[in-house]
Amino acid sequence: MSKETAVIHPPWLRVTHWVNVVAVVILVMSGWRIYNASPIFPFVIPKEIALGGWLGGAIQWHFAAMWLLAANGLIYLAFNIFSGRLRRKFFSLSPRAIVADLLAALKGKLSHDDLSHYNAVQRAAYLFVIADTIVLVLSGLVLWKSVQFPVLRELLGGYEAARRIHFIAMSALVAFVGVHLVMVALVPRTLVAMIRGR
Amino acid sequence: MLPKKNRPMLANGDRVLKDAFKDVGKYIELPARRAFLQRSMTLGGLALLTGCSITDDESVEAALLTMSRFNDKVQGWLFDPKLLAPTYPESMMTRPFPFNAYYDEDEVREVDAAAFRLEVSGLVADKHAWTLDELHALPQVDQVTRHICVEGWSAIGKWGGVPFATFLRRVGADLGAKYVGFKCADDYYTSIDMATALHPQTQLTLSYDGQTLPPRYGFPMKLRMPTKLGYKNPKHIQAIFVTNNYPGGYWEDQGYNWFGGS
Repeated sequence: MSKETAVIHPPWLRVTHWVNVVAVVILVMSGWRIYNASPIFPFVIPKEIALGGWLGGAIQWHFAAMWLLAANGLIYLAFNIFSGRLRRKFFSLSPRAIVADLLAALKGKLSHDDLSHYNAVQRAAYLFVIADTIVLVLSGLVLWKSVQFPVLRELLGGYEAARRIHFIAMSALVAFVGVHLVMVALVPRTLVAMIRGR
Repeated sequence: MLPKKNRPMLANGDRVLKDAFKDVGKYIELPARRAFLQRSMTLGGLALLTGCSITDDESVEAALLTMSRFNDKVQGWLFDPKLLAPTYPESMMTRPFPFNAYYDEDEVREVDAAAFRLEVSGLVADKHAWTLDELHALPQVDQVTRHICVEGWSAIGKWGGVPFATFLRRVGADLGAKYVGFKCADDYYTSIDMATALHPQTQLTLSYDGQTLPPRYGFPMKLRMPTKLGYKNPKHIQAIFVTNNYPGGYWEDQGYNWFGGS
């Protein structure tokens, strides 16, 4: 296959990526409305960007989309692990390589010629967001069912600690999405690749 | 979306007027619900991404409600009747314990203790109405547990009263029935699954922090369940009934999840 027609992202990756976008947008926006019902920090989220209208509506959205996120995430992880892609694309990864690629990126010297190759910063960022989503799901389970998951609850430091973990992990996810979108805007070919696969 | 708006006023003018008032009333009562519908409209962008045509508000609402019913089933399945909610030392109690209801604290109902009778009906052998003295004569236990509100906040309190399973057995309730329903003096109502009703920490609560349950916490009695969210814990209970017909609830009928487990 020539370079032009080589598949960068296999179909399962593209499908799970876009399903994840839908799930994350619903979960984050409805989560903001739920947060506003009893804020744990001295601010509320503007209601214009929150989903659900009222608390009951927001919870309905949140507890519907959580299944989408979890099921889609499991499918993504299963494909990623058992196809060998996770190992191939993301490892090896060293702190030295991350720093070197970060500096190169800031100087505008990082190559994007081969989109099928992730640089060290990308690898670190994508692995981070996978781990962060897992933290969101686990802390979410404690908030949803704190009595039914005692081990998980105690691991996270109890119900109230889980609320804070859930919020901070959400913030990290939103920060990732922000950087991710800027990067896509800088290298628009990546968006085409995530849609068409090449 | 006023369906009667364009209907010509023909013979039965009064009726049309009445319908119109009813429609307006709906919006006055449930402004939040209206906002919920408006907000779901903004999801048009998402609909494009998924390829579905989520244009009909009612179908969105129906889908969300279906998911909520599905979540009821999952929670029923996850619920472990033997698993206890954590208990805490009294030193960790939240003081003052927050007041919470669908109305403000200055509207708390006062119930006359002497005239009070707890009605018991439905699938039970003994339907006699209980006085407070009779309830106090039953074995009492205390528990210090965490109350978790659907809004997210939580608070630790100490409740005392009769284990609800003891009460249900005493009145000869059909323990194989699906639901136990509650009607309250503050016009609140709710219902729970039988498995939770029989949970060892589910309590017909008569006291708070060693004192007679004060009006703001639900005098003369509330149902305290550390395995369910706050809105599932009715206060000012006047009537308890056992049934196989889904009784719903004040918040549940407006969209809160019915099982409301924790």
